[in-house]
Formats: sequence, C-alpha cells, structure tokens
Amino acid sequence: MSLDSDQVLKIAHLARLSISESETGQYASDLSNILDLVETMNTAQVDAITPMAHPLNMNQRLRLDKVTENDQRDQLMDNAPASADELFMVPKVIE
Amino acid sequence: MVNKSIFELAQGLQSGEFTSVELTRNFLERIKQYDSTYNSYITVTEEQALLDAENADQRIQSGDKGLLQGIPIAHKDIFCTNGIRTSCGSKMLDQFVAPYDATAVEKLKQSGVVVLGKTNLDEFAMGSSNESSWYGPVKNPWNTDCVPGGSSGGSAAAVAAGLCAAATGTDTGGSIRQPAALCGLTGLKPTYGRVSRWGMIAYASSLDQGGPIAKSAKDAAILLQAMAGFDERDSTSAEHPVPDYMASLDDDLNGVKIGIPKEYFGDGLNDEVATAIDQAVAVYRKLGADVVEISLPNTHLAVPTYYVLAPAEASSNLSRYDGVRYGYRCENPVDLEDLYKRSRGEGFGDEVKRRIMIGTYVLSAGYYDAYYLKAQRIRHLIADDFHNAFEQVDVIAGPVNPTTAFKLGEKTDDPVQMYLGDIYTLPINLAGIPAIAHPAGFDSNGLPIGMQLIGKYWSEPKLLNMTHRFQQETDWHQQLPTVE
Repeated sequence: MSLDSDQVLKIAHLARLSISESETGQYASDLSNILDLVETMNTAQVDAITPMAHPLNMNQRLRLDKVTENDQRDQLMDNAPASADELFMVPKVIE
Repeated sequence: MVNKSIFELAQGLQSGEFTSVELTRNFLERIKQYDSTYNSYITVTEEQALLDAENADQRIQSGDKGLLQGIPIAHKDIFCTNGIRTSCGSKMLDQFVAPYDATAVEKLKQSGVVVLGKTNLDEFAMGSSNESSWYGPVKNPWNTDCVPGGSSGGSAAAVAAGLCAAATGTDTGGSIRQPAALCGLTGLKPTYGRVSRWGMIAYASSLDQGGPIAKSAKDAAILLQAMAGFDERDSTSAEHPVPDYMASLDDDLNGVKIGIPKEYFGDGLNDEVATAIDQAVAVYRKLGADVVEISLPNTHLAVPTYYVLAPAEASSNLSRYDGVRYGYRCENPVDLEDLYKRSRGEGFGDEVKRRIMIGTYVLSAGYYDAYYLKAQRIRHLIADDFHNAFEQVDVIAGPVNPTTAFKLGEKTDDPVQMYLGDIYTLPINLAGIPAIAHPAGFDSNGLPIGMQLIGKYWSEPKLLNMTHRFQQETDWHQQLPTVE
C-alpha cells in the first residue's frame, strides 16, 4: 500500500493536523511503510471470526443518571488557553 | 539506603533506623546529582515530597504499619496528579495541571507513599525507546549510549538508577515490561481492568493498563496491592476481588506447567537473549516446574493488528486536544480550522502525528472493514491462541524483547523497525491477559536481559509467586548499574 503526498494531506486534514509541504514526502513514506506492515493481516482468513472489541468481553457497565462529580468549573477553566466570562474563547465563527 | 527494596525500606522506617524525611532527602539529593545524565524526571516535586514524608513519619510514629507508608516513589507523567503538571511527555500538555488525582495515584497516596515527581515517557506513551518525549530522551543507567526502553522509560531508568524506590508505569503494547527488561527490573502488566484507568491519559483505551515497575516481585506485589481494585469511575474497571498478593509469594512451584511458545524463539531473537531465557527456564525446572513446548500460531499477526487498533483508538482519543479547552494553542489563529490544525500540528510530535494519521486512515470511509474490523477479528484469533494454550499449561514463558537495549537514535528513522521489536509484548495486550517481566541475566556488553511470564486472566498472584521464587534462586535482580 503506497500513499502519495495528496493522500497524506487529505488524511492530515481529516485528522485536523497541519503538516508542512516539506514534511509530506517523509510522512508519505513512513505511513506507506506502516501500511505495508499492516498488509500482513491479509494472510489471515478471518471472515468467520467474531470481532473482539473488549479484552474481557465484558458488558459496558452503566451508571445511574445522577450527578456524582463536584463542580470544578474554576479549576477546569484555569487550563483553558483563552477564556473570558467563564467561556472558552475561539476565533469568530459567525460573520 | 536508596538501593534497598520497598520491603527493606519499610523495615528501616518501622524500626526507626531512618525516617521518611531522611530517605526522601536522600532520593532528592540523588536526583539533583545524577538526573541531568538520565533525564528520567520531567517534574520533581521536592516541597510536596518533603511534606508527604513528614506526614508519613508522624503516621509511622502513631503506629501505622503499612508497607508503603513513607516510601518515596515516582509516577509516570501520564497519571493525572492534582495541582502538579501532567505533561504526558508532550508539548501539547506542557502547561496542563489536572484538578484531580488519577485513581491509581489516589490509592497509592492513601497507602502513604511519598511522591518524588513525574517521570519521563514517550509522547502520549507512543514509543519503545523514550525518544519521542518532548522533554528529550531518557538514558539507560546500564549504558548511557542506550535507550531505557519505552514508553515508561523514565520510570524504569529512575528505579534502576536509585532515583526512587519504585515507580508506576502503563502498558499498552509492552510499555511496562520492555523498559523493565532493558533496565534490569521487574515490571507487571496486570489483567485489563485490574488497575483503574481513571485519570490515566488515554492512548488506546482497550489496551491501556497501569502497573508497577520495581526492583523485585515482592516490591511489585506491594505496589499492585495498593493500585488494584474496582473503580466506579472507570467503566472498564473489573468487579473482581483483589487477592492478597503477598500471601502466595512463597508458594512452591512443584508441578506448575510452563509452556514455551516456539514462535517466540524464531528468527530475530538475539542468541544471547535466547541462551539466557533457556537458562532461566532451567531454574524454573529446578524449582519443580514442568516445561512443555506450545504454539501460539498467530503471533506473526500481532504487530500488524496492533498497529491498526492502537492508532485507531489513539486517533479518536487524541481528538480531544483541540487547543480550545486545555493544552497547547497556536499563536494568532485566523479561524477555527486553523486553530485546530496548527495547535495540533505544533503541539504533537512526529510519532504521535504518524499514529493519529494511520488511525484516521484505517477508520476512514471505505477502509473500515479492510483494516479496523479485520484487525478486531484477528485480535480474537490471537486471544484464542492464548486461551487454547492455557488449557494445557499454567503459564507461558519467553523473552520480553528480541534484543537487549539498543543505541539511542538507532531506530528513530525507521518506525517499522521500532514496532517490530514489540513482537513478544503486543499480543498480551491484545488478549487482555497479565504478564510480568523479570531480570534473567546480562549480555556480553553488560546489558540486562528480561524474561516474560504470561498468565491467564487474574493470574497476577501466580506470576508474582513464580518471579519471587526465581528471585530467591538468582541474583540478577539485585545487580545495580554504576550511577555517576
């Protein structure tokens, strides 16, 4: 499996990662090598095998819809790169 | 005193031979003196450590006999710590201060440990050499030209160099066992769900598991005792009783059946490592174990399967770092998309970006069945290999790693070469079963060789018991590197 620079840029866009033009060649080569490794999976005939999503095959535990956490709004907002009036600040999204 | 086991340190504290404050000062002094060489700590919490130690001394004086009371340890900087920066080895979280303790941190705190600081790791635990950390690589105390392994490389190097009594680690594909092996230590990856993942920064949630890195099985047992247990806040935490890990340490090994998987001794395994493992198996035989050859026929599929599933989960988990709510934000974003893309592009390092992109690709429209779903099916095959083997044997034994510690920079240009080194550790995470790494000798360059014991679900007592008995017969785990 070989990826070209355009495909790398498309994947980077889907992942919301900026990568510079000069890096795309290296990423294309690295990602292609990783996908070549992954191709080994095709030697296995597994269509009849059930996919395994959880190592213990446990059911997902559900909790009651009840507030259990303390209000940590102030501490959590302290980690925001930009905030004002207890709101997260981002560039203008509506003209 | 810094090279004593936790058990010996606890005796010293209880008998009044030394205080926790003295012990803590001793470790802090060594960190100041030697860690510029190893780079094993990202953050040292001197003031808090001394306060913790004073409190522990008071509790010991009032009769608290807990084995971890006043013992100085370090946490891998992936565990959230209230009020102390948790960086996960990334520029992305360089300024991040969690407003809460991870459950494992909280439980150890309740046992009375003193926290010396937060140890270095591969960025977001993605790596096998501790070279992807934004805070620079960690050096192996046995040879500073070599890597300590990863991703819990800082934890392993700090324990090996006597810069803490023991440390926490996390293991998604070998990140406790491989650095433990490369640094001559004992490291346990428990059964998935044994140690709470709450407050442990997520890499690949169906594989991540916390555990101890220590100087012996006995020390690992003491730590696991404190860390393990059901946690309501982690939806994948298992409601399974926690046994007394110390109680079974001395059980005799007569009749224990050990399986040797032939696939773990094929091409790529270094001769010196193979010889050391054979000799270690002979020790187990002498201790009464029966040894038979077994087969784990799908071993060769583990690396490709892991490098679909782990990046897929990572790409989802790491989408939370958007430069808005916490973490790094780029300068002067022109719009929201630019804010996301540049914050993530500048905040993450190369290896993290590679794995996010692989994960994004395998989950993208049209590729999901061919990659992700297929990998989940193979994961089932790999888990079945182990379950079938455990119908014949109690424990599986083999190497941790195909080689001893490699040179810094040796594999950084070739991610695939780095990945292939994890062939013996990844399958265990895919199956969700526990495994322990313990020292089993040295190669001709004086670098430690690690042996791995793999068990059934919840067999931590057996793995610790076997390793402890092995460590009564051998002194590999007592060898120390020259720290200077």
